[in-house]
Amino acid sequence: MKATLAIQRGAPGEVPRVESFEVAFEPGQSVLDGLRALRCEADPSLAFRFSCINANACKECMMLIDGKVDYACTVRLKEGVTALAPLPKKALVRDLVTEIAPPDERLLPRQ
Amino acid sequence: MTAQANKGAAPAHIETDVLVIGAGGAGMYAALEAAKAGASVVLADRSLIGRGGATVMAQMTVAAALAEQTPDHWEHHLADTLAAGRGLCDERLAALLCEDGPHRLREMDGWKVGWAREDGHIKQAQAPGHDRPRCAYVDFLSTGPAVSRALRAQLNLSRGIRRIGELMIVDIALHDGVACGATALHLPSGEAVTLAAKAVVIATGGLTGLYRRNSASSNMGGDGYALALRAGAELIDMEFVQFFPIGHLAPRLVGMDPIMWDPFRYKLGGKLLNAEMREFEQDYATLDTRSDGRYVLTRDLATYAITREVEAGRGSPAGGAYLSFQHLPEAEIRSAFGPVVDRLAANGIDLTKRPVEVAPIAHYHMGGVRVDDTLRTAVPGLYASGEAVGGANGANRLSGNAITEALVFGASAGRNAARHAQRNSSRWSAQAARPALDLLRSAERRDAPNAAALVRDLKALMADQVGPFRTEAKLQSALAGIARMTSEIGEVPFSSASAFDPVLVDWLDLRNMLLVAQSVAVPALARTESRGAHQREDHPGLDDGWCVNQIVALSGDSALELRRAAPSSGRAAA
Ligand SMILES: Cc1cc2nc3c(=O)[nH]c(=O)nc-3n(C[C@H](O)[C@H](O)[C@H](O)COP(=O)(O)OP(=O)(O)OC[C@H]3O[C@@H](n4cnc5c(N)ncnc54)[C@H](O)[C@@H]3O)c2cc1C
Ligand code: FES
Repeated sequence: MKATLAIQRGAPGEVPRVESFEVAFEPGQSVLDGLRALRCEADPSLAFRFSCINANACKECMMLIDGKVDYACTVRLKEGVTALAPLPKKALVRDLVTEIAPPDERLLPRQ
Repeated sequence: MTAQANKGAAPAHIETDVLVIGAGGAGMYAALEAAKAGASVVLADRSLIGRGGATVMAQMTVAAALAEQTPDHWEHHLADTLAAGRGLCDERLAALLCEDGPHRLREMDGWKVGWAREDGHIKQAQAPGHDRPRCAYVDFLSTGPAVSRALRAQLNLSRGIRRIGELMIVDIALHDGVACGATALHLPSGEAVTLAAKAVVIATGGLTGLYRRNSASSNMGGDGYALALRAGAELIDMEFVQFFPIGHLAPRLVGMDPIMWDPFRYKLGGKLLNAEMREFEQDYATLDTRSDGRYVLTRDLATYAITREVEAGRGSPAGGAYLSFQHLPEAEIRSAFGPVVDRLAANGIDLTKRPVEVAPIAHYHMGGVRVDDTLRTAVPGLYASGEAVGGANGANRLSGNAITEALVFGASAGRNAARHAQRNSSRWSAQAARPALDLLRSAERRDAPNAAALVRDLKALMADQVGPFRTEAKLQSALAGIARMTSEIGEVPFSSASAFDPVLVDWLDLRNMLLVAQSVAVPALARTESRGAHQREDHPGLDDGWCVNQIVALSGDSALELRRAAPSSGRAAA
């Protein structure tokens, strides 16, 4: 099966652009599985945050998935288009990465 | 400001008494103890604080001789630990783990970790390899998150600890062979950062991310071992990687730890079946008379049995074995799994209807940085703690010992690092950070191989050639592959962007992973016997002549050197 990931990309200050990628998947695979495969097959520069991959323990992979805040590691890939965007209420770092660290656990205080 | 624009400018600089690298159970405990001893502390993690490593993912148990439920003594725990380690444990470290474990668990109890209780005492389960119930836990499958949360809460309450997430340590800074800080990459900005410290603690966890199938997070490629080697420290027992036999394989299960089947199989007696739907454990049980409670086979033998069935063409479709609970009534499954049944249902798994597929996955590293009984490495000012340390568990680890090890060694390393910082002045010089700064600044966007694909290829190579069952031919071929990939990545980092650059991170990871992969394969090739987690198909069985540890270090010309030493005995004061 094939999923299309329409991913909002760019850095702060740039006009966000949407890039679409096709990724093959097996039923049950997560959006994070798809993103990781994309980095190996299409574009290694794609930025997204994750640590634990399976356990849903680190809570780092939150993003906007089809307009809803969710974990990339628990939402499943589906046929057709899935839209991915960075969290809307957090400062953008790049692509799907936003600043989610608690302020007192950051190197630089950010506005 | 971008890294590109910043090339000439001075990097951000931070000074502290003690720098702790890695904020898992070991690093957080080290920071707390160092601060308690009066030191200023920087606690840095490449991920977010308390989220990036194994600690937050652990679901099961923590072993310590609390003697509340059953009479027990830490010497009994030590005897079990040494027996599991098959003659290779550093007895001083194992004793420290077992003797100090109960103190740490009680301290955590005071910090409201929430150990499961029964009749007013902490409840302890009996896990394979322990001679009595000794393993505390937090319900339901919440041990790691609870440990992590309790330590984070203490960090919030204590003074003198600066926590910095998203800070990837690239190298230890050295002045005349003394550790004096580190150089780091601040991921969100892409900027280099230098840190001056009078003592440095490596608490970076294990290396199971080197393998294709693993229970690791993305931060577990073994950075700490590479940092230690390049700083001039030694590694010990690197050939002993623990594989967990029944890691989840298929169907894809999301939102659950892949090692989750263990307690259920243990509780309910799940059956391992091959493609012919036949139980095969008995076929291999005769290989060894060791028994493992209700398990027919120990972890290493179960791994062997599954691997063999797959090789003989009797594997499940995804390349493992079936684990079936179909012989059990639905009510029994429901009462044992509780709310987990619903999480499985969300994954399309109904255990009453069909089996799942399982296979061996890389799970824990027994080997690691060589330290003395004060957790000090051979490099003055450099300490190690947690899974990053080698020696306490020898050739095989008991379940529940790893979290105890993280807490105990973390506390001890933090205390000793603080003491070192109090007695020694800063040896920092800007020159000490120069090599790593130059490396980061040389990073360039160029037409290069896909770094993410190279990481994937290295994991495949390690799984296929340096996995649980090894031969001389496979290990030779692995070393050749590692050498080829090392020259492929070259000495100039690839990069793709300034902020949060996954290509640069992959390159830095590969630099570490390739060195660490080699430091596993080299002693694995030399050890011509099978012991604990190191199984050589061409050298089956224990060889008494091999009751020695192998020690790896980097020589002056950056080649790996291997030597042997008799296991350390004697006791450390806790
Ligand atoms: C899924 C799973 C389940 C487990 N279950 C159990 C269990 O039930 N009982 C048990 O006893 N053991 C268990 N273990 C093992 C145990 O959890 C670990 O051995 C232990 O938690 C390790 O703690 P640590 O603090 O040493 O390392 P970790 O918790 O792994 O922390 C290491 C930290 O270092 C950071 N880091 C790494 N490199 C760098 C760098 N270059 N710069 C900055 N930071 C860095 C990482 O991001 C991470 O946060 C389990 C392990 C896993 C993976
Ligand atoms: S990757 Fe850890 S919660 Fe999603």
